[in-house]
Amino acid sequence: MTGALLFAKPSYLLINSLAGVAMINIFSRRPDVREFWTFAAAGLNFLLVLSMLPKVLASEVLVYPVVHVLPGLSIVFRVDALSMFLGLTASSLWIVNSLYSVGYMRAHNEHSQTRFFSAFALAIGATMGVAFSGSLFTLFIFYEILTVVTFPLVTHHQTEEARAGGRRYIVYLLGCSTAFFLTAVILTYHAAGTLEFTPGGILNGTVSTPYLVMLFFLFILGIAKSGIMPVHSWLPAAMVAPTPVSALLHAVAVVKVGVFSVVKILLYVFGLKVLRETGINNILTLMAAFTIITASLVALCQDNLKRRLAFSTVSQLSYILMSISLLSVSGIRSALVHILFHAYGKITLFFAAGSILVASHKTRISQLDGIGRRMPWTMGAFFIGSLSMIGVPPAAGFISKWYLIKGALEAGEWMAIGVVILSSLLNAAYFIPIVYVAFFKEEIKTEAGDHEHGESPWPMVLALSITAAGTLGFFFFPDIPVRLSGLVIDSVVSVR
Amino acid sequence: MENHIIPVFVLVPMITALIIPFVTRLSDGAGWVLTFLGTASTALLSFVLLNKVWQHGSLHYSIAGWEPPWGIEYTVDLLNSFVLIIISFMAFITALYSKESIEAEIPADKRGLFYTMFMLHVTGLNGIIVTGDLFNLYVFLEITALSGYALIAVGRSRRARVASLRYLVLGTIGATFYLFGLGYLYLTTGTLNMADMFQRLAPIYHNPGVITGFVFIVLGLLVKLAMFPLHTWQPGAYGEAPSAVSALLASTGTKVSAYVLIRILYSVFSPDFYFSELPFQSILLSMSLITIMAGSVLALLQVDIKRMLAYSSMGQIGYILLGISIGSERALTGSLIHILNHALMKGALFFVAGSVLYKTGTTMIEGYRGLGNRMPLTSISFTIAACSMAGLPGTAGFVSKWYLATSALDAGYWFVIPVLLLSSLLTSVYFFRVISSIYFEGELHQIRAEAPAGLCVPAFAVSILCLVFGVMAFIPLNIAGRAASQLMKVTQVI
Repeated sequence: MTGALLFAKPSYLLINSLAGVAMINIFSRRPDVREFWTFAAAGLNFLLVLSMLPKVLASEVLVYPVVHVLPGLSIVFRVDALSMFLGLTASSLWIVNSLYSVGYMRAHNEHSQTRFFSAFALAIGATMGVAFSGSLFTLFIFYEILTVVTFPLVTHHQTEEARAGGRRYIVYLLGCSTAFFLTAVILTYHAAGTLEFTPGGILNGTVSTPYLVMLFFLFILGIAKSGIMPVHSWLPAAMVAPTPVSALLHAVAVVKVGVFSVVKILLYVFGLKVLRETGINNILTLMAAFTIITASLVALCQDNLKRRLAFSTVSQLSYILMSISLLSVSGIRSALVHILFHAYGKITLFFAAGSILVASHKTRISQLDGIGRRMPWTMGAFFIGSLSMIGVPPAAGFISKWYLIKGALEAGEWMAIGVVILSSLLNAAYFIPIVYVAFFKEEIKTEAGDHEHGESPWPMVLALSITAAGTLGFFFFPDIPVRLSGLVIDSVVSVR
Repeated sequence: MENHIIPVFVLVPMITALIIPFVTRLSDGAGWVLTFLGTASTALLSFVLLNKVWQHGSLHYSIAGWEPPWGIEYTVDLLNSFVLIIISFMAFITALYSKESIEAEIPADKRGLFYTMFMLHVTGLNGIIVTGDLFNLYVFLEITALSGYALIAVGRSRRARVASLRYLVLGTIGATFYLFGLGYLYLTTGTLNMADMFQRLAPIYHNPGVITGFVFIVLGLLVKLAMFPLHTWQPGAYGEAPSAVSALLASTGTKVSAYVLIRILYSVFSPDFYFSELPFQSILLSMSLITIMAGSVLALLQVDIKRMLAYSSMGQIGYILLGISIGSERALTGSLIHILNHALMKGALFFVAGSVLYKTGTTMIEGYRGLGNRMPLTSISFTIAACSMAGLPGTAGFVSKWYLATSALDAGYWFVIPVLLLSSLLTSVYFFRVISSIYFEGELHQIRAEAPAGLCVPAFAVSILCLVFGVMAFIPLNIAGRAASQLMKVTQVI
C-alpha cells in the first residue's frame, strides 16, 4: 500500500501542494521568499503533470490504489487522457495566476497574503485530486476539500458583504454536495457495488430507469460547482472575492472541477450505453440549453464588469454540459477541449477586469469609455478573450464551438444548434460593446475620482498577455488537446 | 478459559479510588498521579486483553471460584474488549487532561475527593463492561451513576447542583426500570447469569413476564442513553459539569449504556424474539430517527457550546440506536464503529471547550470569535473533530455514517437516507457557525497564547485519531465487524 503511494505521481502533486503551503507559512514574514515558494510549487506541479503526458499520449492508463478505507471504498488515482484536461488546465494556469496574484495583492496592499497564497496552493492540490481521481469516492473527497479551502479566499476581504457571499458559497456548495451528491454516491454504491471509475460505466444493467433518472438528478443538482441553473447563484455571489480568486474560481479550479466531475461521472459511472438506452442525457441538454440562454440574457443586463463575466461563465459552463449531453463523438470532443480553452479565455477576461480595477479603480462597464488608449495591453487581451467566448477565429473558443455544432449535427439535435447560434449573438452583444467603448469612445472627464493612469503593474500585464497568447496559440496548435480528446473518445466509445 | 486479567479492570480503579483520599492528605498532587497511573495501566491492559481475545476467543473469570450460574462471572468477548479499549483509553486521556483543567475549576480541598469519584466512575464503567451477571451489572450501573452525580455537582456554577439533581432523578428512574425488569426475568427464569438466562429464555418467550421484563429493561437503558424524549437530564449534566467530566461523560457514559443495550439484545434475548414477536424494530427505528433530528435541531438553537455539544451527542446516540434497530450485521458494525468514533470526536470537542473555558472563561459560542490566531492548535482540533461530526469523507464520522446508510439501503429502509443527510447538513451548519467565527471574525479576547500543553495536546491527539480512523478505517472495522458477526452467530446457533 505504501509502495503504491510512493510510485503514484498524483500523490506527488498533493505532497507538492502541502509542502508549498508549509514553505509559504515558514517564510510568511519575508514576502519575496514566500512568493518564490509559490512559484516553485506551481512550476513543479506543472512539470509533474507534464511528465505524465507522454505515457498518456501513448494511450496508457495508470491506476494507483493508495489506501483502502473500507471494503468497496478506496482512494484511487487514475491517470488517463480525461484527467489530463483538468490537470493541464489547472497546473499551467496556477503559474500564470500566481504571477498575476503577486502583482495584484501587492498593488492593493492586501492583508493576510500568507493565508491567501496557502489557500491557493491547497485549492490547486484539491483540484489535482479531482483531476486524477480514480473512484467516485476519491473525487467526492477532493471536491469537498476544494470547497472548504477556497472559503477563506472568497471571504478574503472579511467585510459584511464578503461574509454574506461566503455564506452563500458554502451553503450552496456544501449543502448541495452533502444533500444530493453524497446521496448519489451512496445510491451508486448500493446499485453497482463499486465506485471505481470505468470507461464503460458501472451502472450497466444493474438498476431500473427511474432509479437512474433519480440518480442523474441527484448528481446534476449535487455538483453545484458546475454552475447549472437552478444551483448557479453562488457564483455571482462569490464575486466579492479579490480578482485573482475570481479568476481561480472561474477558470482554473472550482467551476472546472464541477463540469469535469459531471463529464467524468457521465462517461465513467453511467457510461454512454446506459445514457443512450435510457435517453436521460436529454434532460441535461434541456437544462444546459436553458442555462446558456438565460445566463446570457442576464449577463447582458449587468453593468458591473465582474458580474457580467460571472454570468458569462455560467453560460459557457453549460456549453460544456450541453456538448457532453449530446453523446456524439464531436460533442464529447467539444466538451473536453472547451474545459481547457474556456479556462484560458475566461482567465484573460478576469485578469483584464482586475487590471482595470488596480490601475483605474473602475468596476462598472459604463465607466470604461476610452480606457483602451490608457491600457492597450489589458484591453487588447480583453478583446482576444471576448473573441474566444463568442467563438470567432482566431481564438480557441472557435474550435470548441465548431465541434459543438458538428456534434449537434451528428446527434441530430437541431435545438442545440439554434441555442449555439442565439447565444453566440448574445455573447457578441455583451462583449463587443465593451471593447468598442474602450477603444473608440472619448474618455468622460468627471471632477472626482479620475486620475491619470497607465497600465497596471507589469506582473499583471505579463500574466494577462500570456493567457491571451495562449488563447490564440490553441487556435493555431490545437493538436495535443484534440489528440487527448480522441483517446478519451476511443476508450468510452469502444466499450460496448 | 480462566483469565486473571479481567478482574484487574475493576480492582485497579477501585483500589486507586480508595487510596486517593488518604494520600491526598500527604501531598496535593498525589491524587492526580494515582489517577493517571490507574487509568494508564487499565488502558494498556485493555490492549493486552483484546489481543488475547482476538487470538483465543472469549475469556471467563469466576469471582472467588464460584462457578456460574451460582457465582458472579466476568466474561469478555470481542464486543467487551472493543468497548473496554474505548472506555479505558478515553478515561486515560481525560485523566491526562484533568490535571490542569481541574486545578483551574475546582478548589484545592475538593480535588482529592474529585479524583476518588473519577476513579469510582471508571470502576463502574469497567465493571459494567466485563461482567456477565445482570445483577452485578446493575450494581456497577449504580456505582457509575452515583459517582457521576457527584462529579457533575462540583461544576463551577450553582446550576451544576440542579443539573446533578435532575440527572439523579432521571438516572434513578432509569436504573429502577432496569432493576424492575430484571426482577421479572429473575422470577421467570431463576437465574441472573447472562449466558444461562439466554438458554432458559429461549423456550418461554411468550411468557408475559418475559415481555414485561424486556420492556422495562430496554426503557431503563434508553433513559440512560438519553434517547429523545428521555434525554432531558443530558444537556444540563454535560453543560454544567467541569470540563474534564463533560468529556468523560460524553465519551464514555452513554457509550457504555449503548453497549449494555447491545449486550442484552444479543446475549440475553435473541433477535427472533423482539424483532418478530414485538413491534420493537419499528418503534426503535422511528425513535432513533426522531432522536437524530431532534438532537440536530436543538443543537442548532444553543448559544452555549457545551449545551450544543450535549444536544449533538443526543443526535449521535440516535445513530447508534439506528444501527441497533436495523439489526443486520453491517448495521451493528456501524453502531459499534460509531461508539468508537463518537467517543473520539465528542471527547476532542469537549476538551476544546474546556481549553477555551480555561483561557477565556466562557463557554458561549460568541466567545469563540477570532480564536484561530490565538489558539491555533485548539482551533485546528475543533475544526477536525467538527468535520468528523458532520461526516465529511476522510474523517471517522464518515465511516460510521457510510455503514449505517448502506445497511439501511440494504434492508430497504429508504426513508433513513434523507434523515441522515438532513442531520449531517444541520450538523455542518451548527459547527460551521463556530468554525467561521473562530477563523473569520474579529478577536474578542486579549488572550496571549495557546492553552497549556496539558490541555491542548490531548485534544489535538484525539482529533488526529478522528482523521486516522477516517482514512485507515479498516483497523477498528476489523474488530467491530468480527465482534458484530460473533454476536450474530451466537444467536443463530441457538
